[in-house]
Amino acid sequence: MATTIDTPRSAPVVRSRRGKNLEKWGWIFMRASGLVLVVLLFGHLFVNLYAGEGVSALDFGFVAGKWANPFWQWYDLLLLWLSLIHGANGMRTLINDYSTGRYMNRILKLSLGGATVALLLLGTLVIFTFDPCPAASDPELLPSFCAAVS
Amino acid sequence: MSLKSTQLPTPTPSKSRTLGPTSLLAGRFSLPKRPAGTVYRGREGMWSWVLHRITGVAIFFFLLVHILDTALVRVSPEAYNAVVATYKNPIMGLGELALVAAIGFHALNGLRIILIDFWSVGARYHRLMFWIAMVLWGVLMLGFAPRHLMHVFGGA
Repeated sequence: MATTIDTPRSAPVVRSRRGKNLEKWGWIFMRASGLVLVVLLFGHLFVNLYAGEGVSALDFGFVAGKWANPFWQWYDLLLLWLSLIHGANGMRTLINDYSTGRYMNRILKLSLGGATVALLLLGTLVIFTFDPCPAASDPELLPSFCAAVS
Repeated sequence: MSLKSTQLPTPTPSKSRTLGPTSLLAGRFSLPKRPAGTVYRGREGMWSWVLHRITGVAIFFFLLVHILDTALVRVSPEAYNAVVATYKNPIMGLGELALVAAIGFHALNGLRIILIDFWSVGARYHRLMFWIAMVLWGVLMLGFAPRHLMHVFGGA
C-alpha cells in the first residue's frame, strides 16, 4: 500500500467537534453535584448522627418515621443518585489512572457500572415501595403512628 | 532561580549532542533538585489530592454497604434492626467517626477544588485555602467527635 504524504503547506485537517464532550460534562457534574452533596450530606449526618440520640437512636422506627414524609423520601432519593453517581465517576477516574491493562480496565469499569446501576435501582425501589407499617410485625418495632393507622 | 538564555554557556556542538542540557548545566548552576512546586506537585497541593482520593474511595465503599443495609427496611423491621445494631458497637462507632472525618475532608477540600477551578485567583491561594479547610475540618471534628463518642460509649 502506497503511503500518501500530505503536500507541504496543505491546510491542516480540522477535526469536526461534533458529538458531546462527555468528559467535560463529567467534570462539570463532579463540581455541581459536589456542591449539592455538601448541603445534602451534612444535613443527612446532622439528622441521623448528631441530633437527638445520634447513632444509638437509629432503628426501623426512625427510618419509617422519616420515609413516611415525602420530603425525606425525595431528599434521600436525590442523595442516593447524586452521591452514587459522583462516587462512581470518581472511581472511574481512579480505574483509568491506575488500571492500565486493557482487560482489567474493562472488567473493573463493567463491574463498577453494573454495581452502580443495580444499587440505584434497588435504592429507588426501596424508597418508594417502603411500607412504614408492615402487616404482621411486632408493634414494638414500628413507628408510633402505626398504632393509629391499624 | 531563573535561567536566562544569555547566561547559558555556549556548548560545543559535540558536547551538546552527548550531554543533555541538564547535565551540561549542573556543574555551573545549582539547579533545584526537584521541579518547582505547582498546584498539583508537592506539598499541600499534592497531599490534598492524595487525601481526596483516599477519602473518596473509602466513602464510596461505605456508600455501597450503606445502600444495601438501608435496603433491609424493605425486608423486615427485625432484619434492619439486627444490622443497624452492629453500627452501635464501639468499634463501628470509631469507624463512623473516621467516616465523618473522611466526608468532612472530602467536602471541604472539594469546595477548595471548585474555588481553584472557578475563582479567578483560586490557584494563587490554593495553599492558604488548604489550611483554611483544615481549620474548618478541625472545628467540625471538635463539634462532632465528643457528642458522637458519648452516643457510642455513653451507654443508655
